[in-house]
Parts: sequence; structure tokens; C-alpha cells
Amino acid sequence: MKAPLSWIQDYVDLQGLSLEEIGQTLTMIGLEVEEITLVGLEKPEGVRLQNKYSGLSWSRDKFVVAEVLEVRQHPNADKLTLCELNDGRGDPIIALTGAPNLFGFLGKGRLEKPIKVAYAREGAQLYDGHQPGLVLTKLKKATIRGIESSSMIASEKELGISEEHEGVIFLDDDAPVGMPLADYMGDAVFEVAILPNMARDASVLGIARELSAALRRPLKLPIGIELQLGGEINQKISLDIQEPELNPRFMLGMVEGVQAMQSPYWVRRRLALAGMRPIDALVDATNYTMLETGQPLHAFDYDTLVRRAGGKPTIITRRAEEGETLTMLDGDQHKLTPETELVSDTKGPLSMAGVMGGEESGINDQTSIVLLEAASWNFINIRKTSSRYRVNSEASYRFSRDVHPALAQQALSLCLKRLQDWGGGRVVEGVIDQYSLRREDTKNTLNESDMERLLGLRVPIGEAKAILERLGFSCTLEGGELTAVTPANRTDIESGIVGTANLIEEVSRIYGYSHIPTTRLSGELPPQLGDKHVGFEESVRDLLVSIGLQDTLAYRLTSVQRESKILPGAPADNGLEYVRIANPISPERSVMRRSGLATMFELIERNTRNADGLSFFEIGPVFIPVEGQELPNEPHRLTIGLWGKKHETGWSGEKPAIYGFFDLKGILEALLQGLHIENITYDASREISTFHPGKSARLLAGETEIGVMGEVHPLVRQNYDFADNPVLAAELYLDQLMPLVDQGFKVEPLSTFPAMVEDIALIVDEEVPASRVEELIWRAGGKLLKGVALFDLFRGEKLGAGKKSLAYQLTYQAFDRTLSVADAAAIRKKIVKVLSYEAGAVLRDS
Amino acid sequence: MTELESQLQNEQQGALESLAQVASLEALDVWKQTYLGKSSLVMTTYGKMGTFTKEERPLIGRAVNAVKVALEAALSEKEVLVKQDALLKTMANEKLDVTLPGFPVRRGRLHPLNLTMREIYRVFGDMGFQVYNSPEVETDDMNFTFLNIPPYHPARDMWDTFYTETDGVVLRTHTSPGQIRAMREYYPNPVRVILPGTCMRYEQQDQSHEIEFMQFELLVVDKGVTFANLKGTMDDFTKRVFGADALTRFRPSHFPFTEPSAELDMSCIFCGGQGCGVCHGTGWIELGGCGMVHPRVLENGGYDPEVYSGFAAGVGIDRTTLLRYHIDDIRYLRGNDIRFLEQF
Repeated sequence: MKAPLSWIQDYVDLQGLSLEEIGQTLTMIGLEVEEITLVGLEKPEGVRLQNKYSGLSWSRDKFVVAEVLEVRQHPNADKLTLCELNDGRGDPIIALTGAPNLFGFLGKGRLEKPIKVAYAREGAQLYDGHQPGLVLTKLKKATIRGIESSSMIASEKELGISEEHEGVIFLDDDAPVGMPLADYMGDAVFEVAILPNMARDASVLGIARELSAALRRPLKLPIGIELQLGGEINQKISLDIQEPELNPRFMLGMVEGVQAMQSPYWVRRRLALAGMRPIDALVDATNYTMLETGQPLHAFDYDTLVRRAGGKPTIITRRAEEGETLTMLDGDQHKLTPETELVSDTKGPLSMAGVMGGEESGINDQTSIVLLEAASWNFINIRKTSSRYRVNSEASYRFSRDVHPALAQQALSLCLKRLQDWGGGRVVEGVIDQYSLRREDTKNTLNESDMERLLGLRVPIGEAKAILERLGFSCTLEGGELTAVTPANRTDIESGIVGTANLIEEVSRIYGYSHIPTTRLSGELPPQLGDKHVGFEESVRDLLVSIGLQDTLAYRLTSVQRESKILPGAPADNGLEYVRIANPISPERSVMRRSGLATMFELIERNTRNADGLSFFEIGPVFIPVEGQELPNEPHRLTIGLWGKKHETGWSGEKPAIYGFFDLKGILEALLQGLHIENITYDASREISTFHPGKSARLLAGETEIGVMGEVHPLVRQNYDFADNPVLAAELYLDQLMPLVDQGFKVEPLSTFPAMVEDIALIVDEEVPASRVEELIWRAGGKLLKGVALFDLFRGEKLGAGKKSLAYQLTYQAFDRTLSVADAAAIRKKIVKVLSYEAGAVLRDS
Repeated sequence: MTELESQLQNEQQGALESLAQVASLEALDVWKQTYLGKSSLVMTTYGKMGTFTKEERPLIGRAVNAVKVALEAALSEKEVLVKQDALLKTMANEKLDVTLPGFPVRRGRLHPLNLTMREIYRVFGDMGFQVYNSPEVETDDMNFTFLNIPPYHPARDMWDTFYTETDGVVLRTHTSPGQIRAMREYYPNPVRVILPGTCMRYEQQDQSHEIEFMQFELLVVDKGVTFANLKGTMDDFTKRVFGADALTRFRPSHFPFTEPSAELDMSCIFCGGQGCGVCHGTGWIELGGCGMVHPRVLENGGYDPEVYSGFAAGVGIDRTTLLRYHIDDIRYLRGNDIRFLEQF
């Protein structure tokens, strides 16, 4: 809501307060001032400014009210005129202008009634009227077609009032010549963010009321015409409300003999400052009254209604019939559905109730009789209508936030007066008012204990009463108990305990949150439930970071197509069920991911240009729809991705190795070891479509799969730009992993006797997995065997085809003695024997 | 004194003088050969001991021994010095250019959002808050209705929502649905939880807007919890995360699930509240929304609003991270550009 200072001051006296103070007052009672736009006034000085300022200040000696005495043709230019001006200093001034609205005065000689204008002297700082946007410029002396000019008559754009640059401003006739323009009409516009529960303040009067409450200054209400039910209007129009639920109140008034003339300049200026385009007196009157009161109004051309009805018209508010159509003021035609509330006559729809008027029946420049509607509508219905037809208007903005039916009366009275004053008409006697669904204003109680319980502060009950009264509540105080009746302009105060909370908010925001003390919590601590997942995931993060991996975050939103890229050939559809977004922002973000691998591959792909090696991990949920379950499962996944060089190339001359399968496996082993998860097997018996069939495995804990790992399938690699390096990836199911963590692992005691180390090389068939050999060594080694470490894998002609040699370093150690060579020989003998028997192993001669 | 004895004495003196001139291990070897070698006076004297008379033998023996001991002692002393000297000379040629870069090591790092999250866990953990996680895909009821945001209510405009193709299921627009879930789990005990997580809003992405973002929410429910406690808790949080100089300001606002509601502002940490580009000249930076839990929300969580009260507060983790590390583009956070991540 844009509220001009001059307009607010019609209702509350702000004398003695700076723009800064007014802005901060509004902000600190919940009407956040997003910006103060200066339209002539000066920016406050000497205090630390906490508001954001923009706009233009009019220097008091450079901008003044002047009068045009005569308009003459420029001798050398058809499209320019020379205006003789009086700026109050005595000497006549010639100003040069191309303003089309001065051409009409050419050749009229001395004007009988001089035109009051805004005059800018040489050196004035203003906006360039000929450039788009707001570009500051300084008025300088220039010779245009042989005539020297150093000053100008300003347009609204040049003064920062509006975008209007078609002509210069004609001020109202009573503007005093010579007065600094800033004093005459200098202004500032407060751009106020209106909270959803404060829709009543989407009006200048609403903002003034809040200021009146906060500043303890009286509120002056504007006065319209006195409304009387019945009378002459009843002979001119009938009214029929079919569904009071949707249309609780409908009022009609009428003004005849009006003309669509221009409104006074101060009206047009205020409308422009408030962000609405001035049109003519009739339209302006309805818009002005809406901005003032918050009640949208609609004006019909009465003669059109008579013509349509072929006699006395009847206004009918009803639901649309299926298939009815209506062409709106903006020219769009809509096919209506029965959920839509309409204002119609006997012939058909006239307007979309509370949203926008129809093209045919609205006022036009020929209108002489205005039928004025002030109604209230069901806000939920308006909201649905507005979103269904995607029609947004100042009216629907307000009606969809619930306008109190009482406002219709105030707005009708004010608007009729303006139609009469500005449009030169006569108000037809009487109004029609059908208030079928009366709104009961709520009544709540409040005492100091209530406030203390919620705020930690006892606001004196007398103070609370004064605040509520300034906000319009009717209050009575009895034995410390305050009863407050909600004023008939507010729809946000409920009843019961909610109503009391509402009142506490009203009192405390005006009293000032800054008065509430700042204290620490002191209550009892709740049961310590904790969240095991958080601790577990944080320890996984720490382990991976400690072994050199980079933590990352992934977007949840993706597309099926993006997820299918982790399959060879990147099929259009992977046949999986997804959580699908009904209103995606783009096709690339239309489902919730169900794979950590797809996001990881994209992340690596995006970074290949910025690094020559990457080691990433990411922990986050995937989203798996489950048949018969409203919400999807959200299991958490750990995804690891390795690509390129294992470290940067230094100057050592050593070429860094490229990440391979066993780097990934080493990381996984280190992680699992760090988590004290044992007995994980790597099962390569079944292929995993994303991975190279010979270089991948499933991680199994017993029978349970806890993840997959491997080198990315060369055909999947083709779906991404990985710049020729293999990608190694693993996806671990953290929810499966967490229960395996043994919180209470035992520390092995340390022997004080020396260990004995020896090497052993065993030749076995290729088919014998290394894990089997190791397992047998451990089994045969007995309790003196403390360490088994593979240090060489050899294949060669010497061994024969289909054979491999595995060389291990074995560590023996006892707790009670130093082992002898004979002890070692005995263990070794047993190991060779068991391996020979179980795995056909042969000891390799060294 | 025999001639030999005086010869030996002279030998010792000559040897020690010569030793003083020795400066290398090679020269020391030569010296050793000369004075203690096979043909040295000392050793030859031992060799011809049999030629001396019975009376001479002990005298000469003592004398030659004394010289030998003295020379050997001087030798070993000198040896240490010469070796040390040699080492120092070798080291003089081992001078590294210490300004050369070290060999690269790949360092692991936490993502900046997770760094901030940990800091927040720690701060609130100290105050007795426990982490409570809730789903990211939520029911409309949890995300809106139970939070006092009925369908078609104007307040729904505050959240641009992603709907799923399942009726009544949305992507959570805030962490607040966790409030209801936490209350229902804790009832009738007091609640003091922090609800962290990713939320999603239908927004056009730009420098300061993300579709997916992280926030945390606090919820405290108990008898006697006040707005004053809310102020104290958030003031402590702000000072611990942004520094002891940070001031807080509570500005009236509106959230359907709190009443009264407030916006939490922090004095601008970039300009000390004097006004700069970051705070749009106002000296204040918006941190998040907060307020006293709405009676209807307490009821939906199972607590009687006549007896219990509570406060809730929500702060953006993304925003906190941007402020902490002076990051001017929110898209960096989930862009995961290694050049960005490596700076942490």
C-alpha cells in the first residue's frame, strides 16, 4: 500500500514529526515501511536513518508555483510554444515548452484566467522527462531553435509524481504564485507492507488509525453525505440478493447529471502517488474512496442498465450459470462456472462480483447517471474466483482478504459526495441497503494476568484499554477485567482464548515489543528423546571429511529423465514411481529424487571443468512412494563420488594416480571401520545396471543389502561429460547401516612382547577370491596371528595360466612371551596346510 | 729420565700441536696413523718393550701408556668436533627453498550449510534444545491447516507452494509442520526442540531466492513460557552466532501459527548498524519470524492453551550462512562448485 503523507494527514495530525519518525512508528507497530519515496520533501538530516529513502526533493528556491500569462508560438518551431510566466518575483519570464496541453491556449493572447503551473528554475535538479526510467538531470541554459531557455514548466514525471510526461501539470486555481512548490505540494509516499491479518490497513484511513493509536493523536474521520434508506432511488432500481452467504451486504446509491470531467489536481496527484492512474472524476471518485477506506466500489452507467432492461432495471446478485460469458473491463472474455458470484441484471451478467466490472455496463465518458455499488462478498469465494480466472485487481486484493460489511456504508456515503463534488452531479435521494447476513462483532475479555502469562510483562490494564480504544474498540473496565468489542472495520479479532490472544497482540504491538523484558528460559527440561539419526549422520560426515572427502548438498527436485541417465542408454522412463509435482517450476524439476547417484553424477559433471580430481559425498533423503501410504518414505542415503586425480599435481615430479575401484573400496572400508561395522561382504554375483559389471559390488550385511558401489558403467559414462575419466561411486542406505553400529565396541589389549613379522606368498587359482584366502589364513593362524596384510598381487607366465600369487605380511604376537622361530614356523606350517587343503594353494618359492 | 721418556714427552707435545691443526676426517686419519699407527713412536715403543731392562720396563711402560691415553683421549675429543664440523658443512649444502609449495594433500570439508547447522545445534543444544526431524513431503494438514492456515485463507499467499499429484500432499514450505508432530510426540511433557531441514517454495531463483532452502525452527511449550523468554532465547542465539555486538529488535508481524507474532531483526553486522548496501541503509537485517504459539496450534498439538503457552521461531540456515561468510549469491550454496566449497 502506497500512502502519501499529505493524505494521511487529512485524518491524523502529524505536525512535529519527521518522515523518519513516522516511518519508524509504522514499522514498529507492524506496518513495515519498505521505502519512503520523497516527492518534493527533503530527506531528514541529523539522525541515523532506519528507513530506506528514494525519490526527489524539490529545492525550495528552484521549484515554485507560477502562472502562465500567455502562450505564444515559438517563431522557429511548430511543436514548441513560448509561455510568459509570473513566478512571483516580478519580472516576466519566458519558458519554452512542447507540452501538448498548452497548445490549446495559443493565440488567445493574455489569458483571462492564468494557468497555475509547477515552475523549475535554472539549476533545478529533476528527472529527465525524455529518458525512460528515473534519470536525474540539472536544468541548464540552452538555446533551442534560436530562443534561449534556462527554466521549464514541469510535468509529473519531471517532478517524480508519476510516469506522466504527455503534458505539464495544471495546478488547482488556488495555488499561490511564488510559493515554493515543496511547501505547496511537497509530499512523501510511505510504501507499507500489509500483513494478511491487517488488510483493513490497505487504506489510507487504516494507516492513519494505526498512527493515531501509536502516537496518541486523535483520528479525524472524513465526512460524506448522510445516507437515508428508501426514497427516490427505489423507483429507479430494484435489488435481489440470491445468496447472502456469498453476498452479505449490497448497497446502491445514485448520482445524476454528472460529467466525466477531470478531477481536481490534488485528487489526481494523490491517486498517482498511491499508484493508480487518474482517469476522470467518476472513476477517480471510486478509486479515491477505495484507497481511502479500503472498500472497493463499482460504478455502473445507469442508462445502459435501463436500455438492457427496457425499463426499470433490477440488480441481481447470484451464482453464474454454467457456460455464461462475461467480457471484462480489461477486454478479456471469461466463460463462467457456477462457483462464480455475479452481479447481473435480468439480461445477464454485469460484473464478476468483487473482482472486476464488465465492459458493457461500466461508466464511460458519456455517462450522466452513475449507479454506485458498495457491497461485501465472501472472501473465500472471491479468492477462488480471482485465482480461477487469474484476474487480479485492487478490488479482489481487498475483498479476498475480507472486507467488513460495515465499510460499505462509509464508502458509499463518501463516494456519493465526491461524485457530486468532482463530477458536478446531484445525489438522487435515498439509498438501497440489503444487509442480509449481519456480521456480529466479537467481544473479548482481557486482564493483566493474561498479558503477563503470555508476554512476561504486565501492561497496566488502563493502558491496554486506552490503546484498544484508539484502535476503535469499545471497552469497559470492571474489577480489572477489560471487555472489548471489536470495531466494525476489523475481521481479524476472533473470540474465546484466540480472541484474548488477538487482543494481547494488539495491545503489545502498540505498547511496543521493546518494553517486553528479555529473559532466559527457566522451565523444566523435556524428556531427552534426542535424534539418533542426526548423531549418526554427523559421525559419518566427520569420518568422510577426515579421510579427505568434500561434503556437498543436493537438490531434491529433479526429473525422471535426469534420473534415467544413470542407466545405460538413458531411457526416457525408468519405470519407477515418483513423488510428482503438480505445479513444477520447470520440466527439469518435476519429481522428487529417488537416487543419490543421479544428483552426484550431475554434480561431478558440473565440476569437471573446475578441478582435475574430485572426491564428493552427500547425505540426504530420497523419496520413495509407497502403495497405500499417503506420504512417501524418505530414507537417507550416503552417496560418494570419485573422479580424476587422487590429488593435485605438485612439483615433485610424481604423477598423481587416477581414482580407481580400490580407492573407493578403501574409503568404504575406512568408513565402516570408523563406524565399527564388521562383517560386510562385497557381493559381485548380480549386476547393478549403473555400474561396470566386472567392477562393482553390493554391500551386504548378512542377507541385507546396505548399498552398492563400483565403477560407473562405460555406457552410463557416455550420458555425462566426465572428460574421459572413470567415475567411482557408492550409494549406501544409511537407515540400513545405522542399526549395525555397535555403540559398545571393545578395545583390544596391547601386548608388551615383541611381534614377529614374516611374509608368505601363496599361489591359488584365479577363481579363488582374495577374501577367501584371507579368511582361511585367519582361521588357520589361531590366536597368535595378529595381522594379515596383502602387499602383492602377481600374475605371470611363471605361475601358469589361471593362477595368481597373493603375498601377505603376517604378524604374530603373544601376550605371555616372546615368540620363537619355532613358534612362527609352526603357525606358518598350519596356514599352508589349511590353504592347500581348502583352496588348493601352493607356497610360492621366494 | 731416559732419553726415550723425553722423546715420548716430545712426541706427545708434537702430536697434540699437530692435532690442533687437523680440520677434516681425512687429516684425522693421517694423524692417527702418524701418532698411534703401527709405526708411530708409541706403538713401536710397545713393540720393543722386551729390549728394555727389568728396571726400565715399568717406567717406560707407564710413560708410553700415559702418552697413548692422552693421545687417544685427544683423538676422540677431536673426532667429535671434526665430525660435527663435517656435518655442518654437509648441511650447508642442504638448504631448501622453504618458500616452495608443499606437496598437495586432498583435504575434506563440511559443506558451509552443514557447518552453520552444527553451530546452530551447538548453540541451542547448550540451551537444552533437542533436534527433531520431520518429513519434507508433508500433508497439507500438517503444513497448513493444523498451523491455523485453513484452505483459501489469505495467509496461504505467504507461501508459494509446490503441490504433488497426490491430493493433500505438498512439499513442505517451512519446518513448522514439525511443530505439530513434535507436540503430539512429546505431549504431555514440556517441549523444547529445534526442527531443522530443507523446505521448498515455488520461487524464481535469483541471487537471493532459492527453490530449496534450509531453515530451522524452535518450539518451546510449557507452563509459563513467555514472549520475554522468546526474546532472551533469540537474543542469545544472535549474539553467539553473529557476535556479542549484534543487537536484536522484535518488530510486530503476522504468522497464522503465532499470536502475538514478531519479525526478528539483527543490527547490521556489516556496518555496525550505520546503514549500508546489505541492510538497505536501515541498519537492520531481517533474521526470521517468531512469536507465541497460537492457541489453536497448541490445541492441535494436544496442549490446552489455557494452561500451556509456547513460543516458536524460524530462521533461515541459508541466510545465516550467507551472512556469516559474506556470500552474496544464495545459488552458490547448492551449486556445489568446487571453487566455492574449497574456500571453507
